[in-house]
Amino acid sequence: MYVQDTIAAISTPLGEGGIGVIRVSGPGAGPIAATIFRKKRDGGLLSHRFYYGEVVDPGSGDTLDEALLVMMRAPRSYTREDLVEIQCHGGYLVVQRLLDLVLRQGARLAEPGEFTKRAFLNGRIDLVQAEAVIDVIRSKTDAALTLAQHQRGGLLSERIAAVRERLVHALALVEAHIDFPEEEVGSLTTAEIGRLAGEAATGIENLLAGFSEGKVLREGVSVLIAGKPNVGKSSLLNTLLREKRAIVTSVPGTTRDIIEEVVNIGGLPVRMLDTAGVRETDDIVEQEGVRLTLERIPQADLVLFMVDGSRPFDSEDRMIMAALGPARVIMVQNKSDLPAAIELPVELAETEKVAISTLTGAGIERLRAMIRDAFLHGRAVDGREFVALSRARHRDALVKAQGFVARFGDSLAAGVGLELLAWELREALQAVGEVTGETTPDEVLDLIFSRFCIGK
Amino acid sequence: MIVYDKKYDVIVVGAGHAGCEAALAASRMGCATLLLTINLDAIALMSCNPAIGGLAKGHLVKEIDALGGEMARNIDATGIQFRILNTRKGPAVRASRAQADKQLYRLRMKRVLENQDNLHLKQAEVTGLRVEEGRVAGVDTKAGVRFAAETVILTTGTFMRGLIHIGLTNYPGGRAGDLPSIGLSDQLRELGFEVGRLKTGTPARLDGRTIDFGRLEPQYGDDPPLPFSFSTPRIDQPQVPCHIAYTNEKSHEIIRGGLDRSPLYAGIIEGIGPRYCPSIEDKVVRFPDKERHQTFIEPEGRETVEVYPSGLSTSLPIDVQWAFYRSIEGLERVEIMRPAYAIEYDYVDPIQLHASLETKLIRNLYHAGQINGTSGYEEAAGQGLLAGINAALRVRGKEPLVLGRSEAYLGVMIDDLVTLGTREPYRMFTSRAEYRLLLREDNADLRLREHGHAVGLLPEEEYRRFLEKREMIGAEFERIRQVKILPSGADPAFLEEFGLVGMQNAMTLEQLLRRPDVGYAELARIDGESREVPAQVAEQVEIQVKYQGYIDRQLEQVERSRKLESARIPEGFDYLVIAGLTAEVREKLHKFRPDTLGQASRIPGVTPAAITVISIALKARGAR
Repeated sequence: MYVQDTIAAISTPLGEGGIGVIRVSGPGAGPIAATIFRKKRDGGLLSHRFYYGEVVDPGSGDTLDEALLVMMRAPRSYTREDLVEIQCHGGYLVVQRLLDLVLRQGARLAEPGEFTKRAFLNGRIDLVQAEAVIDVIRSKTDAALTLAQHQRGGLLSERIAAVRERLVHALALVEAHIDFPEEEVGSLTTAEIGRLAGEAATGIENLLAGFSEGKVLREGVSVLIAGKPNVGKSSLLNTLLREKRAIVTSVPGTTRDIIEEVVNIGGLPVRMLDTAGVRETDDIVEQEGVRLTLERIPQADLVLFMVDGSRPFDSEDRMIMAALGPARVIMVQNKSDLPAAIELPVELAETEKVAISTLTGAGIERLRAMIRDAFLHGRAVDGREFVALSRARHRDALVKAQGFVARFGDSLAAGVGLELLAWELREALQAVGEVTGETTPDEVLDLIFSRFCIGK
Repeated sequence: MIVYDKKYDVIVVGAGHAGCEAALAASRMGCATLLLTINLDAIALMSCNPAIGGLAKGHLVKEIDALGGEMARNIDATGIQFRILNTRKGPAVRASRAQADKQLYRLRMKRVLENQDNLHLKQAEVTGLRVEEGRVAGVDTKAGVRFAAETVILTTGTFMRGLIHIGLTNYPGGRAGDLPSIGLSDQLRELGFEVGRLKTGTPARLDGRTIDFGRLEPQYGDDPPLPFSFSTPRIDQPQVPCHIAYTNEKSHEIIRGGLDRSPLYAGIIEGIGPRYCPSIEDKVVRFPDKERHQTFIEPEGRETVEVYPSGLSTSLPIDVQWAFYRSIEGLERVEIMRPAYAIEYDYVDPIQLHASLETKLIRNLYHAGQINGTSGYEEAAGQGLLAGINAALRVRGKEPLVLGRSEAYLGVMIDDLVTLGTREPYRMFTSRAEYRLLLREDNADLRLREHGHAVGLLPEEEYRRFLEKREMIGAEFERIRQVKILPSGADPAFLEEFGLVGMQNAMTLEQLLRRPDVGYAELARIDGESREVPAQVAEQVEIQVKYQGYIDRQLEQVERSRKLESARIPEGFDYLVIAGLTAEVREKLHKFRPDTLGQASRIPGVTPAAITVISIALKARGAR
């Protein structure tokens, strides 16, 4: 078992906030609470009751903050250990000082995810749930949260069960021909086995495609706004943010550093990168910004190539176009409120385009939809029909399974021995089982007996 | 009770396929052994089909032989048709099968037992065990004689509370023509064992003189017949064919018409039957679309007209049997010599055993064969052999022989039984072995001879020959890695045939052998020494070279699971106090009581996460 010590951590995000919560779990939680918390009324701490009082440093006698405290006695707590939560005023300093005080009383700073780990080790949640919980904690937007909740709920398991079902079926067909050579199991229909394996492969492929989406939902994507000075890049960012944060001026070249903001676009966490306007320049500082922009292009998940629709496509636009390379690009033609004067070069004929006006807001919704669709393939993200893998462990297991299924296909085509075919299927099944923790003891035999008339 | 004045090291109860191997193993290992049977004329009797081997079963027989058991030699001496199955599939799933001359088989085994030192054979029905302080001390018999022993092995087959069904008629019997064993299973229940009920069945025996074989398709054995035993040089006795016949729509109608008098469908039979060996009425009901069912008409011996129609077992009433068998083409005039019947019997769920086959409840008591819920002569013999070995090792105060799942089908079978128990008759299938590519018939000696020798079952002469073979295989490997074929020096016709014209570099024989179209026969054409390699050696080298990639992958898997397999869970380990296990897993572990983490991981519903938790708990326990 793990060492039964007491851990503590700040459970609310760091930074400014209305309240901050400190969580303490372990046998020391109760004694620490009794030492540092002075209730307004006398008496002990009852489990699952809120108490109002002050947090006091017992060494100096100083009052750190007024706070609410709740004590949850084992096993009726998240970790199934004695657990104390202290709600104090938000703000980095207050919360940090309170945590320091708790740590000085003998608690240890919790490792990331350690409360959940204890919940798992103490049997409150299983492994897949534990992983999903950690995703819930880390999810940045509602869509990611829905995904994590669906993984807990078993939609993922359902999809995997469908893949397993195909593999077990194919394996039963192969095994029947190995173990019952004298029975009338008919000749081996490679077509059927091939079809089943093909369906399994497609299922795995879909799940793996969902992995990048799952990752997208959990970790977000980066979108770079690139364009020459004064085409309205910062205005676009601000429009998307719906508040003014980047400096917006009409003097070219004011945004020199890269500004990064996280925007929620249709449930997708997007890191928007606003860059120095790219122009041919002699200004040393600005040159640096330009270089940075051009360098960022290949690293971004999506590039919004912004041009001024009211002016002709010029050599500066061309310079950016040259730097795009193979990046995923949406052409954003700003200033649709002015008469159009631009004529795009043939190289951009195939590129997705949208005309917007940061001044009137025209086309902005369309652009938001295009950004979202670029990552989520137009699927609904309300989670109902959306299953995505978000764990690297799941992905690895499925990639392994995919490898075995592919090898099975090759072996089938090459006409290798049945026992080798069976093995690839078994390996694939085992890899798939690693996601859900399932084993396949008698399943294959059950299927053989139900399908074939075996017996002498 | 009259107490017999000799105390035995090992008493074996039952002289079927399990009992014979157990008694031979114990006595050959030097233990004073007593074999008790209800009927001395029914030793090693094949109560059902007159055949040994088949898929996975052939593997078991070869393993029994490698360890020093008798079954392979017995069938080699009395077999009347030998075939290798799955010859067109890979070496791992090829298996030997043989028809036996049933009477010769039993007589030869009886003779071997009679010629064995340290072994007494007595006819007696065991009615109870003597148990003293949780340890077995001997057996009581119906005739009022008490035999004392250090260890007891129960191999009761279908005899404990055996009940024979023919239609709605039923009567007690251990097998058609034999008395049941009454009292023993009641005592086992009283001692605390969980005793269950299983069912099996056998077809009628038909009079061959009333079958028109000219209208049936003959099926001949291999020529030359290949023996089971690594010690049998060749099969000399004459060989005979089987014949294939089919049921038809009319047969199925007759069967459907008799279902109201089937004890199975009338709900009289409560025991669970084997799904892989269903009765013909079961097949007709479950697969109504199938127009015909195949049967092999197997000879019961060369000196008898009795034949065995495989796949046509039934418990339907005798009048339905008459009509049904006669509806088959070629069998229109057939006479039944012995009716088909079903039999229910008591078994003891093998989950109550250690991997040594010793019961967890009573020390020095071992169970083997159908009492453990298995079916099949080979499964029984394998368990009997290991129970005999382990009882003898116990007498000597030594650790038991437990074979791993990566070592032998015997290991897979026993691990399945003691880890998961069984609710239906358990039969071996190759698909049960996760390391199937390693567990081949051809390498059973390489896998197990050392064990056989270590426990003292393998005669020195056999062992010496085995070492020789192993050495030759090693040397041959060396040789084919060294010897190179030069582009310039090779026969142009050979190069042409195998698409090697224009090859730039020299190729070793091993590289050549790796090609799917090249075997030792081909090597022999361009390399004189390859011609001299004994067939058994060439076979091993060829298989290992051709399947090296796969074999290496399996060995890796074995290595990965070794840690789990070797992590022992102490007896009496309390799962209920381990935090982190779900109630379901906790309950399962509490019930199954696995001996190792490996066993625990094979219990359905026990997740990898649970295994992690237990392994942490085990470590914590070790640290305290």
